[in-house]
Amino acid sequence: MKGLPPVLITAIVLVVGFALCAVQFPNIASTRVVGNLLTDNAFLGIVATGMTFVIISGGIDLSVGSVIGFTTVFVALAIERWGVPPLVAFVAILVLSAAFGAAIGAVIHVFDLPPFIVTLAGMFLARGASFLLSTDSVPINAPVYSTVSDFAFRMPGGGRLSAIAIIMLVILIGGILLLRLTRFGANVYALGGGRATASLMGVEVGKMTIKIYMLSSLLAGTAGIVFSFYTSAGYSLSAVGVELDSIAAVVIGGTLLTGGQGSVIGTFLGVLIQGMIQTYINFDGTLSSWWTKIATGTLLFAFIALQQGLVALARRPAAKRAGATS
Amino acid sequence: MTMLLPRRGLAQILALIVILAVDRVVSPQFFDLRLQDGRLFGSLIDVLNRGTPVALLSLGMVLVIATRGIDLSVGAVMAICGAIAASLADSHSLPVVLAAALGAGLLCGLWNGFLVAVLGMQPIVATLILMVAGRGIAQLITEGRIVTFTSPDLVWLGNGAILGVPVPIAIALGMLILTGAVVRGSALGLLIEATGGNARASELAGVGTRAMILAVYVWCGVCAALAGVIAAADIMGADANNAGLWLELDAILAVVIGGTSLFGGRFSLVLAVLGALIIQTMNTGILLSGYPPEFNLLVKAVVVLAVLLLQSPKLSGFAGIMARLRRTKP
Repeated sequence: MKGLPPVLITAIVLVVGFALCAVQFPNIASTRVVGNLLTDNAFLGIVATGMTFVIISGGIDLSVGSVIGFTTVFVALAIERWGVPPLVAFVAILVLSAAFGAAIGAVIHVFDLPPFIVTLAGMFLARGASFLLSTDSVPINAPVYSTVSDFAFRMPGGGRLSAIAIIMLVILIGGILLLRLTRFGANVYALGGGRATASLMGVEVGKMTIKIYMLSSLLAGTAGIVFSFYTSAGYSLSAVGVELDSIAAVVIGGTLLTGGQGSVIGTFLGVLIQGMIQTYINFDGTLSSWWTKIATGTLLFAFIALQQGLVALARRPAAKRAGATS
Repeated sequence: MTMLLPRRGLAQILALIVILAVDRVVSPQFFDLRLQDGRLFGSLIDVLNRGTPVALLSLGMVLVIATRGIDLSVGAVMAICGAIAASLADSHSLPVVLAAALGAGLLCGLWNGFLVAVLGMQPIVATLILMVAGRGIAQLITEGRIVTFTSPDLVWLGNGAILGVPVPIAIALGMLILTGAVVRGSALGLLIEATGGNARASELAGVGTRAMILAVYVWCGVCAALAGVIAAADIMGADANNAGLWLELDAILAVVIGGTSLFGGRFSLVLAVLGALIIQTMNTGILLSGYPPEFNLLVKAVVVLAVLLLQSPKLSGFAGIMARLRRTKP
């Protein structure tokens, strides 16, 4: 692709946006605010990392928000009602969510169905299952939770780099390495380029599809655990609509929704941009929270339009050549 | 194709009958109807009445899906148009209120259609923008409050009756007939199916695919607007946060249950509305049975999966082989 890579444009938008915010409210440019930005959006960063893999492979996963909701309820009930040690509960829910993702991937591949509608069914299923577990908000009082919530590195300037922010950063780096340096990552790109082509290249399409949705659900489960740390509670209605926030983050981060191109770092920048909009609105005080949605929607439009333009530019010479030969 | 139509509808009709029978078992007075103050009452009427918004949405959605598209923004459009109708209701006459609300829905549809048909965006993404921003716009209109109104004209749209039939049901029926007449009474339906079947081929064959795509999104927006107005009239107010929430998914589900393929190319208006009724009959049945309403989502999930598997190209390939075998036998 010619010109600026999409990630660079996202980075410029973030830096310029942050600078504009900082000019108006100098306090925004403090490690305290930045630390909170990371903590508040930790679960979104984790789930969006998984979504990046799915979208680069040409799919979409609408079930992640429900998986987060289910995870928080399951973890809360397991620890508080069933007396399961927290670590065991975490392992159990991660295995469960990975199995759920694998099942989704298997249905998509075996029955050759659109991911959109299969993950939609998965969304209903996971949300329904969490309602079935409990419709009340279940507080979690386990000592691990207060330990983790209190844990934080002091940054210069008084900011706190919390444990869940660190978890997010670790997963992010893991995601970048997995996508950039491994055969798995290369196969994700290949799948997004075209299933038939990937299959001819020797990519086992079925196995890859299952693994990709498994990864997405596993990270959604992890995000659910992190969300339960963040709120110290499990609630079946938590994280409603997070799938859309994470898709928005992925798109703003420059990943093509048609698949084949994108990056985890871009997604991280997309998460930060959404967090920045929220922070600005909080600082301003006169703007209402619904401006967040409008601003996110506008940015979403701007970035998709931009991508569309770039793709059209990239395709034009190829189309001309094809026209000349035919 | 014409021979296939009744056979295609049979599964849905049977499903509806089975669910109705289950509802009858759960609640013995399910089929009782009575006339009170010139309006019919009863569980069955309740199912139809409550099913109206999703039925209206599915009337628009089915045409969008027939062009191989999808419209995620209908819930948000409902919220916007309901908010507009509610905030204008007490200061303006009904025609003005309706024109404003439906006009807003038309604009929303135009925006979606523009993104898909002119800019060439993927429908999921294009309509995601309005889905995210639309609810924000609706909240902007209501300023985050629940706007209530008392205008008897608008209330009548939600609670009134025409010859005993509740107005929402009459409107949905009218829209079904209107859409059917326009789409099936002309070549329009065929052109829409051609667009969904293969947009490039249809373009080469002289179908104005862009105009078709633009038109279906506009129609979908207008249907969503009407659903939003009725939903607002029903509760005599507009709640930007919750109006139409999740209904885009119900509408897609209704269309899928109605046998319209998500891969585009063929559709049935009547079956999509039937799909909406099946969903509502299920919801009402669960409510009447005394099970917690939380079961709704689980039941829906199982139904979606079952319908999907039946629709799967792999499985229909298998059924196709079976049919061919049966045909060659005698």
